[in-house]
Amino acid sequence: MGIIVDGIKQAFLLLIHGDKQMLQIAWLSLVVSGTATILSLLIGIPLGSILGLAKFPGRRVVVSLVNTGMGAPPVVVGLIVSIFLWRQGLLGFLHLMYSPGAMIIAQFIIAFPIVAGFTLAAMQQLDPKLRLQITALGVSKIQLVWQLLLEARLPLMAAVMAGFGAVISEVGASMMVGANITGQTRVMTTAIVGENSKGNFALAIALSVILMAIVYLVTLLLTMIQQRNKVR
Amino acid sequence: MKKLITPMLKMLFITAVLLGLVSSLFGCSSTTTATTTTTTNTATQVTTTLKTTSTTTMPVSTTTSSAVVTTSTTITPPLVKPANPEIILSSTTSTRDSGLMDVLIPIFQAKTGYVVKPVYVGSGAAIALGQAGNADVMLVHSPAAEVTFMQGGYGIYRRLVMHNDFIIMGPPTDPAGIKGTANPVDALKKIAASGAKFYSRGDNSGTDAMDKSLFAKAGITVKDGASTNPSWYIEGGAGTGMLDLLRVASEKGGYILTDRSTYVANQKVLTLDIMVQGDPSLLNVYHVIQVNPAVFPKVNAAGAQAFSDFMIDPATQKIIAQYGIAQYGQELFFPDFGKSESQLGSQ
Amino acid sequence: MNPMQTKAVPPALEANNLAVKLGGKQVLNIAELQVNKNEVLVIIGPNGSGKTTLLLSLALLIKPASGTITYQGYASSKNTATLELRRKLAVVFQEPLLLNTTVWNNITLGLRARKLPVEEIKARTEKWLARFGIADLAQRQAKTLSGGEAKRVSLARAFALQPDVLFLDEPFNGVDSPTRQALMEDFGSVLRETNVTTVMVTHDRSEALMMAHRVIVLINGSIRQMGTPPQVFSNPVDEEVANFVEAGNIMHGVVSSQSEGQALVDVGGLRLDVVSNLSAGAKVTMFLHDDDITISLPAAQTQLSSARNHYTGKISKIFPTGSQIRVTVDCGIPMVALITKRSWEELSLKIGDTVIVSFKASSIHLIPK
Repeated sequence: MGIIVDGIKQAFLLLIHGDKQMLQIAWLSLVVSGTATILSLLIGIPLGSILGLAKFPGRRVVVSLVNTGMGAPPVVVGLIVSIFLWRQGLLGFLHLMYSPGAMIIAQFIIAFPIVAGFTLAAMQQLDPKLRLQITALGVSKIQLVWQLLLEARLPLMAAVMAGFGAVISEVGASMMVGANITGQTRVMTTAIVGENSKGNFALAIALSVILMAIVYLVTLLLTMIQQRNKVR
Repeated sequence: MKKLITPMLKMLFITAVLLGLVSSLFGCSSTTTATTTTTTNTATQVTTTLKTTSTTTMPVSTTTSSAVVTTSTTITPPLVKPANPEIILSSTTSTRDSGLMDVLIPIFQAKTGYVVKPVYVGSGAAIALGQAGNADVMLVHSPAAEVTFMQGGYGIYRRLVMHNDFIIMGPPTDPAGIKGTANPVDALKKIAASGAKFYSRGDNSGTDAMDKSLFAKAGITVKDGASTNPSWYIEGGAGTGMLDLLRVASEKGGYILTDRSTYVANQKVLTLDIMVQGDPSLLNVYHVIQVNPAVFPKVNAAGAQAFSDFMIDPATQKIIAQYGIAQYGQELFFPDFGKSESQLGSQ
Repeated sequence: MNPMQTKAVPPALEANNLAVKLGGKQVLNIAELQVNKNEVLVIIGPNGSGKTTLLLSLALLIKPASGTITYQGYASSKNTATLELRRKLAVVFQEPLLLNTTVWNNITLGLRARKLPVEEIKARTEKWLARFGIADLAQRQAKTLSGGEAKRVSLARAFALQPDVLFLDEPFNGVDSPTRQALMEDFGSVLRETNVTTVMVTHDRSEALMMAHRVIVLINGSIRQMGTPPQVFSNPVDEEVANFVEAGNIMHGVVSSQSEGQALVDVGGLRLDVVSNLSAGAKVTMFLHDDDITISLPAAQTQLSSARNHYTGKISKIFPTGSQIRVTVDCGIPMVALITKRSWEELSLKIGDTVIVSFKASSIHLIPK
């Protein structure tokens, strides 16, 4: 138990002293996972909206793929992304392997089915007549989708939280496509794995505490945005 | 519904393009952190000199000691930024876990302007990365596999860099009673007879290849992942590395074969004692091999050459020799460039 | 279809050979339907008859499998024009279906979508909020409103669009009784005032009687009967319609005298005793439920003292409906009464028999024209 107390102490020391390496790792975690989440929103929300609102042949197949993607193991995603990004891979010319860019791609692939799935569910739980009512007000298709998204904003914030939560805490894919390189691709989770291997348990715990604080703060922020309208 | 899908598809497309842009932005940003400024480009000079003097052909390369070119020991930033600054180095977990590469890579990067992306896996996987053309240069310690690799034509310039040695470790209680046994093969026979646990990497790494070959000499057949393996032979290291398996053996009280450097650098977290050491058969030899650009045109041949040259540079060799003395009171690696593999083991 | 409509004014809305399929099953089959300018057309019919589907199809919210809907000469089949056409329509659903934002934003959404000038949006919104008596609710969150308030907002939202055609799907359903009365009165007066062409679905006969210029009876997805409320309610074309409309009696008349809340109304030669404060000369429409009328043999006349109205006539038509029989008695005007099979048999009645129909003055519902 002493080791946990040591770890928490060390976490505070690292934070108080603004340890440069720790800050860099935390910042990279936020940038990589934040970017991946934002991109996954840009893809996942339209995709979820289409699947939730439109009817087209093959829709069920796509929905089942999205649902499968929601549970895709990060290491599988990491492996597939690796195969594409390796030197000899299809996208090897991009020189993205073992870079934050590769991690963003992998995390994006992990997050967007989650966002799409949540959006789909949010859209489907809206009263189908609401859609007719909004259409009847003479709005364009885009305005219709926008209004429906506004109506579904509470569950959509849950989609954001779920997507971000999945990627910030993910380690398998980041390790595979980022390789935990000091100063380049080391993020909170891969750093924790590395420090744990080296037996630097206190540091590993310190990093864990900081990671959890980051997740908590981001979730708190999103929750406050989500619940803003509720308290009246 | 078509009218609804079309704008959505447009949005999907735009996002996909955006994803490409953003991720490539992050891809580049890591490489632009490399140093940029000037003076003489010693690395390039070294490269050209060595290319002409490395006359030996595959499979085993031993260059003559006359090939050594003097370079200053202070780090001089490169004159020009390399055209392709990204080098993928596939190496073994022992070079990471011993802490050596954390010292060498920053020096190399500062000297040459290259950015190294090291991938630490078992030697088997490291060689596989090279064999698929997904790495530019390898620093590995699995001689038999390396020779096969060279014979396959996948690599060029296999150069001896350094060695240390393998040791057999075990719990202080030593249930198999092997402590002090001189011959590692005898020790393994005793472990087998006692039924005490033996932890193997089981990942085709250099260490794994070594324990397999020693068991073979002891007349005990073990294979990676085979159900016919004896119950005391436990494979637990795949995908993690030497240090992780040492920790497992330490916690579970089992015997284990490890390279000395990983143990020494991490002994504070391990409750294992050295049981067997010093036999010539326990030698652990590291070579640097460049992936053959004739087979894989996409590899960063110039970068691989620069890294290989750096590893055998006298200044680097000196750093290798000194590494660990201050921190652990003993050297972890012995620089060997210029020697032949058969000369080793006589220290 | 409507012989009373002159061809000079083109219909506001016209549907031809309209077929709608839901899940592969045809639920609507309308050969021809016209909605005339400025009329209130009420669609009635049993549950599942396709009323709402017809309304939504006419409002261009459901795509028909085949057929055309022509709106002031523009066919809706062309996809590009749909939005433009839709902006001339407004729909009020059974549920208020307000968006999760303020009342103000709810009412202005359609106006903003039409890119109207800000001042006009403001003026229209304020006007319609005031007209429905909810000006003080403008900044409230829609989800904090009561059912009646929300309904008013949804009506105001529709009227603010100043539609050429207004569609309503059972707009007063699910609103509790006193609120509903006030709401219907306000809505009725707005409707008369704006004279907007209206298509309304209801299952409530009194709503249809009060508001409709014309009534459509929809059964199994097709129009079974169409006409003025008296035509439909007094003369159902068949038993199925009769069963559904539970034909009441609709009479038009003129008040001939008035005394302390009791009025006499002349209807086609009869003089009805009714409860009303309207003064002599007022034109009225009266509704009399068929089960408020009793039938007796002429000999039993003395026993009917409590009822104020007694008229003699001959049985002209009968419709058996389950345990009851709908009897039409010609008293100069047709009077429809509902009696039990048992009394029918006890009285041993048949077509052509002379009987006395009786009802209380208070049974008559009277609406000034």
